Amino acid sequence: METIALALGQAAELIAGFDPRLVQIVGLSFRVSLSAVVIAALVGLPLGAAIAVARFRGRQAVIVVLNALLGLPSVVVGLLVYLLLSRAGPLGPMGILFTPTAMVVAQAILVTPIIAAFSRQAIEDAWREYEEQLNSLGAGPVQAALTLLWDCRFSLLTTVLAGFGRAVAEVGAVMIVGGNIDGVTRVMTTAIALETSKGDLPLALGLGMVLLSLVLALNAAAHLIKEAAQRRYG
Amino acid sequence: MGNSAMKASDSLLPLRIEDLCFEAGGRRIIDRISLDIGAGSRTVILGPNGAGKSVLLRICHGLLAPTSGRAAWNISQPVGTGRRQAMVFQRPVMLRRSALANVAYGLKLAGVETHQRQARAFRALDRLGLAHLAGRSARVLSGGEQQRVAIARAWALEPEVLFLDEPTANLDPQATREVEAAITSIGAAGTKIIMVTHDLGAAKRLADEIVFMHNGRVLERADARRFFDGPASHEAAAFIHGELL
Amino acid sequence: MNATRILLLVSVLIAAHAASISAAAQEKFITVASTTSTEQSGLFGYLLPVYAKKTGVEVRVVALGTGQALDVGRRGDADVLFVHDKPAEERFVAEGFGIERKEVMYNDFVLVGPKSDTARIAGGKDIVAAFRKIHGAHAPFVSRGDKSGTHAAELRLWKDAGIDLASARGPWYRETGSGMGPALNTASSMNAYILADRGTWLSFKNRGDLAVVVEGDTRLFNQYGVILVNPARHPHVKKELGQGFIDWILSDEGQRTIADYKIGGEQLFYPNARRG
Repeated sequence: METIALALGQAAELIAGFDPRLVQIVGLSFRVSLSAVVIAALVGLPLGAAIAVARFRGRQAVIVVLNALLGLPSVVVGLLVYLLLSRAGPLGPMGILFTPTAMVVAQAILVTPIIAAFSRQAIEDAWREYEEQLNSLGAGPVQAALTLLWDCRFSLLTTVLAGFGRAVAEVGAVMIVGGNIDGVTRVMTTAIALETSKGDLPLALGLGMVLLSLVLALNAAAHLIKEAAQRRYG
Repeated sequence: MGNSAMKASDSLLPLRIEDLCFEAGGRRIIDRISLDIGAGSRTVILGPNGAGKSVLLRICHGLLAPTSGRAAWNISQPVGTGRRQAMVFQRPVMLRRSALANVAYGLKLAGVETHQRQARAFRALDRLGLAHLAGRSARVLSGGEQQRVAIARAWALEPEVLFLDEPTANLDPQATREVEAAITSIGAAGTKIIMVTHDLGAAKRLADEIVFMHNGRVLERADARRFFDGPASHEAAAFIHGELL
Repeated sequence: MNATRILLLVSVLIAAHAASISAAAQEKFITVASTTSTEQSGLFGYLLPVYAKKTGVEVRVVALGTGQALDVGRRGDADVLFVHDKPAEERFVAEGFGIERKEVMYNDFVLVGPKSDTARIAGGKDIVAAFRKIHGAHAPFVSRGDKSGTHAAELRLWKDAGIDLASARGPWYRETGSGMGPALNTASSMNAYILADRGTWLSFKNRGDLAVVVEGDTRLFNQYGVILVNPARHPHVKKELGQGFIDWILSDEGQRTIADYKIGGEQLFYPNARRG
């Protein structure tokens, strides 16, 4: 209990003090995870929409695999990306191991199935309602997918936020491909892991509280925007 | 684009339905229907629930493929001249955008250029008395208003044929009146109306000719007045007297 | 329309990323694979800014277990190795993955244990005897079990004590498969004995009931070595910059800086680079 009280104190101190290293670490966390989510959305949203609307052999198997990838352990993704980006690996010459770019790649891979699986579900539900009318108006599968992506934008925003939450909260992937290098690839979660392993539990928990508050603030802002827009558009 | 300027051989009509069958789930929903639907009058396909009317409509519109037989237009729809036949469904499907944008969406899919779309869409809404709702989000409109937006969306395409599937089944009397007035206007402007309903009142008010269906077959086809004064088939008579649901 | 706005956002993000990446590429930096115990002792936080100020070269330390650090070296993902497992390091060089192994500094291991001291070894000076007593009492003992330098040292001590771990293993011997810090956390909450390097122990904050019970035995000596990854094997290795760093920590200035690092007035590492 007193650890938690100490942690609250630490968190308050950190936030009030605007410690430059903390600001740098938080900035990097958000930069990496936001970039990853943008990439994951660019890939995952059209992919989910395509699977929702198209009919092809093996479609059910694809859906099952996609849903299963929701449970992809971050440390496994980290390991696979490490093997890809290592100098001894196929993409070694790119030289991006132990840099934020590698972290973005790993998190994008982790988050894409989340966005694809959830958008597939949301759009498939909408497709049931819209299919006849869109076919009647002459929409081909691509046009239908794009129309549904825009029409379902509110539930898709929630999906993207879920993806961001997964990215900013994970530690397994960024630890392995980033290396937790001080000042270069240290993000909130790896910093918390480090402080925990150093036995400085109040500081670790304090950092955790800072991270949670920021994510909460982001979600609150997104929620307000969504509510306002939803009231207008129905 | 005026329909009157088209030569008869350019017209989609007559629609020729030949030996049409449709089976699903082991059941025969359409049982060997042969029918020709020509231009001019408002054709209402009437019958009890489960008669296969909606399925027939969807096959004619092109949403479903028949199990055997065919429903063929006079000419195949030429590419790039927009939708020559449109459909309005029982439940209007509105996109999450303004009423105007919903109508413009149909025009966009039909290949109408951007600067023409807004004007044509607004004109269509105006013809249906919905000009004041153009900027409102379509999904927050009332049922009757949404259905009229759906009709405006179909009408804006200036189709030769307009299919309607139980368009007023879910509407209150006021909205029903407004929608039926819209259907009448469109018919008067030259579009062929083919409407499905199980509602005797709507059929009496709107039909020029009746195609009566029961259990997947066309049992009778006649001029509306003659049909309601003296139906030829025993089932039709039972239906008119409310004994067949 | 909306698609355009999304596209714009994406291109801005990619451009920003590319800009930041190229900026980083311009900087002079090397990648050093080291151990978690070295990182957690805080040595690098003290040492590297001095080097950066002097040469403008950024030293990026990836802190891993010794086993993993050597693997990183074999793959060519680091330029320099800075670890503490002499036999493994010598093997690394012999296999051609490294140029040469140089001794840098040493610290020592300490045996840490609970106040209750069920094995009755507190204050002793003989580490091997202590290990025998722990085994005899089946006192709870936490092992890192992660192929680290510390783990390797621990295994050597069991061997010296004549204890065959494979048969002696039981519920008293807990392998956590983790770094020094997490293992200490576990030992602290379990009130168990654990072998730790002094550096991590001195900066470890979650001690609970643990304290040093045995220290000073020469067998607890923990030697650190530094190796340049072989550029013949991995041509992209930053040979000059890496060697520059190695030369500096072996130099008088570097060695003095290592000796100057203290926690609570206590020196953690003892420089012992040999001349020539």
